[in-house]
Amino acid sequence: MQIDGGGVSRRSLRQREANCSKHMTKLEMDLLELLQEDCRISLEKLAVMTGSTIEETAEAIDSMEKRHVILRYAPTINWDLTDRERVEAMIEVRVTPQRDMGFDAVAKRIYRFEEVKSVYLMSGSYDLLVLVEAPTLKQLALFVSQKLSTLEMVTGTATSFVLKRYKEEGVIFEDDQTDRRLVVSP
Amino acid sequence: MNYERYINPTVAAVPPSGIRRFFDLASTMKDAISLGVGEPDFVTPYHIRDAAVNSLLDGGTQYTANRGLPELRREIAWYLEHRFGTPYNPDKEIVVTVGASEAIDVVLRVITGPGDEVLIPDPSYVSYSPSVLFAGGTPVPVKTRVENGFALEADAVRAAITEHTKALILPYPNNPTGGIMKRRELEELAKVVREKQILVISDEIYAELTYGGLQHESFASIPGMWDYTVTINGFSKAFAMTGWRIGYACGPAEIMDMVNKIHQYAILCAPRMSQMAAVEALRTGREKNYEDIRKMRDSYDRRRRLLVGAFREMGLECFEPLGAFYIFPSIQKTGMTSEAFCSALLQEKHIATVPGTAFGASGEGHIRCSYATGIDKLNLAVKGIKAFLESR
Repeated sequence: MQIDGGGVSRRSLRQREANCSKHMTKLEMDLLELLQEDCRISLEKLAVMTGSTIEETAEAIDSMEKRHVILRYAPTINWDLTDRERVEAMIEVRVTPQRDMGFDAVAKRIYRFEEVKSVYLMSGSYDLLVLVEAPTLKQLALFVSQKLSTLEMVTGTATSFVLKRYKEEGVIFEDDQTDRRLVVSP
Repeated sequence: MNYERYINPTVAAVPPSGIRRFFDLASTMKDAISLGVGEPDFVTPYHIRDAAVNSLLDGGTQYTANRGLPELRREIAWYLEHRFGTPYNPDKEIVVTVGASEAIDVVLRVITGPGDEVLIPDPSYVSYSPSVLFAGGTPVPVKTRVENGFALEADAVRAAITEHTKALILPYPNNPTGGIMKRRELEELAKVVREKQILVISDEIYAELTYGGLQHESFASIPGMWDYTVTINGFSKAFAMTGWRIGYACGPAEIMDMVNKIHQYAILCAPRMSQMAAVEALRTGREKNYEDIRKMRDSYDRRRRLLVGAFREMGLECFEPLGAFYIFPSIQKTGMTSEAFCSALLQEKHIATVPGTAFGASGEGHIRCSYATGIDKLNLAVKGIKAFLESR
């Protein structure tokens, strides 16, 4: 790394910092809060509600997509109300961290399986929390016994099945949304 | 039996609220979309509800001191001083009331007697004028103008003052207009107050809801004005706690002693569980830098822009409200009265709004639309109002 005024590398470093910067503008934070609630709001309405122009709004969203601040626009679905059968489990996984790579390499081996929905590195009595989803109990059992447990760095697993989901991503599934206010009040 | 002779003619003479008719009509419509609601659409934050439940489970079911729990008054004093620069002594200068409404009533009763005049900006919240009448006084409307953002103009106040004028009600941020008073405007008003030696009852219930980067300016924070001011505030709007009925009045000890005198005989004290909830609201607010309030305000602000933009797009003049959660567009170009407009809109499109005249004669030509409603409903209402206008 150059220490003196090597123009190019310093500029590119600054550029990279800007790209990765966690520093968000007020407009960006406002947009995230709105999109998190409803990602189908039109660009025009987003612009009006944040007090910016359509161009500024589009640019901010575009920038956040490029910086991977926004990863995707996905609805929160209550699958229990659909015909789709699915089984979910949370698996506590104990692993042997890899030399020089720590837990990241192990996590990568695990999160690439399509059955795996989420993977978290945890503090406490186990290392990785793996959220798994499969169409049937049998398929999920097969995944744990044949794919996950057989990874050489996995030293143990404890699987808990999800029985009912109450709240996800801040959304309560069976919330009573009745507006109890008077229809007209001073 | 004829009850007329038993009823106090002063009470009988006060007309019923102009909002009542719309409430009755809208209540019969199951699918009505309401822009007529004068309270937040948020539920009280969970930690506040939890604190109140815990206080009940813990056996906190007794009366409190008349002026309110000392702990709550200390929190209120800290809040007002740090948030709005208005210092009050928690022991002598604050009384906790059953909503800001009780504070308005009691403070007016302390100040007003037969023959006394109280100035009230027009349009304003519906209860000031009746409260003055109940106290035996005479309400004197002071017209505010859309050209001036519905702020109260010092000259208009000066012109309305007579030898009988006791006080001025200063309700900003304003319901129904959404108007606010900027510091410069308050300073102009302060000159009149000093010159004419009248009291100011500053109802600051919407103090936390100001937009466009503007902070609420409290009248008592204007140099020299603390001595002339009774500040009224509460938890309903800032903390979404309307049903808890918890507010307070603050002012010079001599006045607050009298406020407490009526309060102790009439009410005794505000409910303890509501006071406990209020303590939690202020304590957590202080510790978390009023994050709950910021979130609610941001959410209102977005909806405010949405609704103002939509009304302007429809071709209705709409001044930009910078406070509370109402817009007050002009419907004059339709040629209809406010009352006729709101009635027809409710009957034809099942959209409830409130005619400006419910808040005083100067509200004619305007309607009050609350944006304390979900975005999806606001969008539906906008669509309906647009169709309504096109059908005229």
